[in-house]
Amino acid sequence: MKELKVSSVGMVYNVPKSDDVIALNDVSFELEAGRLLTLLGPSGCGKTTLLNILAGFLAPTSGTVELGGQQITKPGPDRGMVFQQGALFEWLSVEQNIAFGPKMNGASKSETKPMVEELLHTVGLAGFGDKQIYELSGGMQQRVALARCLANDPDVILMDEPLGALDALTREKMQGLILKLWQETGKTVILVTHSVEEALYLGDRLFVMAPRPGRIERDYNLPFAEIGLKVEPRELKASPDFIERREEILSLIWEMEEQIMGHGS
Amino acid sequence: MTALFSRFGGGPDARKTVTFGDAAAVRSLPFWSLVSLIGIIVLWWAGTKPWGFPSDFQQAYEAKAAAEGDNITTRQMLIECGAAPDCDDSMYSQFLGPRTMASPIDTWRGFNVLRTDGFADHTLWEHSWISLWRVIRGMFFGILFGVPVGMAMGLSSRLRGLFDTPVELFRPIPPLGILPLFILWFGIGDPSAVRLLIFASVWIMIISARAGVGTVKLSKIRAAYSLGASKPQVLRRVILPNALPELFTGIRVALGVSWGTLVAAELVGAEAGLGSMIFRARNFFRLDVMLVGIIVIAVIGVLMDVFMRFLEARLIPWRGKG
Ligand SMILES: Nc1ncnc2c1ncn2[C@@H]1O[C@H](COP(=O)(O)OP(=O)(O)OP(=O)(O)O)[C@@H](O)[C@H]1O
Ligand SMILES: [Mg+2]
Repeated sequence: MKELKVSSVGMVYNVPKSDDVIALNDVSFELEAGRLLTLLGPSGCGKTTLLNILAGFLAPTSGTVELGGQQITKPGPDRGMVFQQGALFEWLSVEQNIAFGPKMNGASKSETKPMVEELLHTVGLAGFGDKQIYELSGGMQQRVALARCLANDPDVILMDEPLGALDALTREKMQGLILKLWQETGKTVILVTHSVEEALYLGDRLFVMAPRPGRIERDYNLPFAEIGLKVEPRELKASPDFIERREEILSLIWEMEEQIMGHGS
Repeated sequence: MTALFSRFGGGPDARKTVTFGDAAAVRSLPFWSLVSLIGIIVLWWAGTKPWGFPSDFQQAYEAKAAAEGDNITTRQMLIECGAAPDCDDSMYSQFLGPRTMASPIDTWRGFNVLRTDGFADHTLWEHSWISLWRVIRGMFFGILFGVPVGMAMGLSSRLRGLFDTPVELFRPIPPLGILPLFILWFGIGDPSAVRLLIFASVWIMIISARAGVGTVKLSKIRAAYSLGASKPQVLRRVILPNALPELFTGIRVALGVSWGTLVAAELVGAEAGLGSMIFRARNFFRLDVMLVGIIVIAVIGVLMDVFMRFLEARLIPWRGKG
């Protein structure tokens, strides 16, 4: 299992005819294999930018990122990505979407077939393999996106607001699914969210990020993800510990938002 | 018109209470399409009756025929008119009546003759096929050249720079504008007609392929690379299928343009084909043949569009459902 090491990563966007945007400033952290890290923070604090750098879609302007001692320079099958929506291939069936990664790496249909069946079962879509993407609801589509990512057996799964476009109820179910998958597969997961509750519930580690320049403001180690595997989510989210943490982080973010507003006006 | 080919029935919008302004609730009702089709035929028929569209010329003709008691043909009439001092050019175009418009019945008879005996050395089917085959070849090469170039323009800055100038320069030229040049270079008939159709369709295909590449969502491309796809795999498995809807739109537009261009081109630059058939019929005052030609052109145009829609529904079922 591979550890993720981020060393003094900075990212500056050069915007023509305007000031440069410092999306990330000197971001450093280490993440042991098998952790579930959630990223939280006001809009524009560089969460997506950080994720894109980890995925290898963007090269940072300074600093390095290493996975298992190897520097990340481009996208690769060791890091899977789940997008908010619209990243599935509409011209392929559910089955074909899930088998896409292995197929690109030369696997035959007979090799992928049993694995796809198993993954469909894991994400709760058994029997939906023949369906077309546009026949599925948003929640089901995200399940397919998860399965497609898992099919490649990546070391790290990166998710940028994967549940952001779902309704509250579907969202809660999907949170349960992500926790379950995380436990069963033991993979490293990094998940960006705008929901404090979601970040607390899913994260066994949580960064609260701050904007201008984008940086990690707080680094929490949390117990809830471990507990969440055993306890009813509703119960956990109503527990005093949970509520206390939630209020703490909420007020932190509110402060940041107010600072931004003060800046802006 | 194509509503005639669509399915009948209430549909999902049947229970909407507000439809005025709801574009999705407005569709073409087959019944009314049928009414307008019948209306067109009735107007056509009436136009060939003396009482349908009375005109000065018509009245002059009727008066002359009544006075002299003989049955002269339109051709004679026109010659006489041309010779008469008080007959000006506008009179040629002024009239519409049994002599200058074949009635539906005459047209039907003409159709039957054309089917069996033909006109200008070919039967109707041969003329139609000659035209259609030219379009098919023109479209084939237009797609063959246009799609790779358009996709290259969407994928590489260098190639976009390279092709931008010729595309911007040649695209606005109406194909018929360069037909005389093509006839000069390649001669009349197939050689110039097919090349003209390549010219008519290739720019459209380039533009639509370029647009198709442009519509691909960055997240799809990134997902593919993350899943371990190589550049050629991304091109073949993601960019190309993703561009299919745009390509199809391009093919439909190009097909329509090609068909219209070809028929016009055949009027002057061919010895066979529907356009040429109409042009020759005019020289012999065969109004029935002209009308059959016009109708066949229209019907083939509609059928091509219906066929493309059918293909589209089959090949791109995800279109518009993203
Ligand atoms: N391609 C780009 N060009 C210029 N500036 C950019 C670009 N992408 C992001 N930025 C800027 O960088 C900063 C961080 O953006 P980023 O998308 O990483 O934020 P985020 O935390 O993901 O926000 P959100 O919560 O709204 O998704 C923002 O100020 C944004 O305007
Ligand atoms: Mg973002």
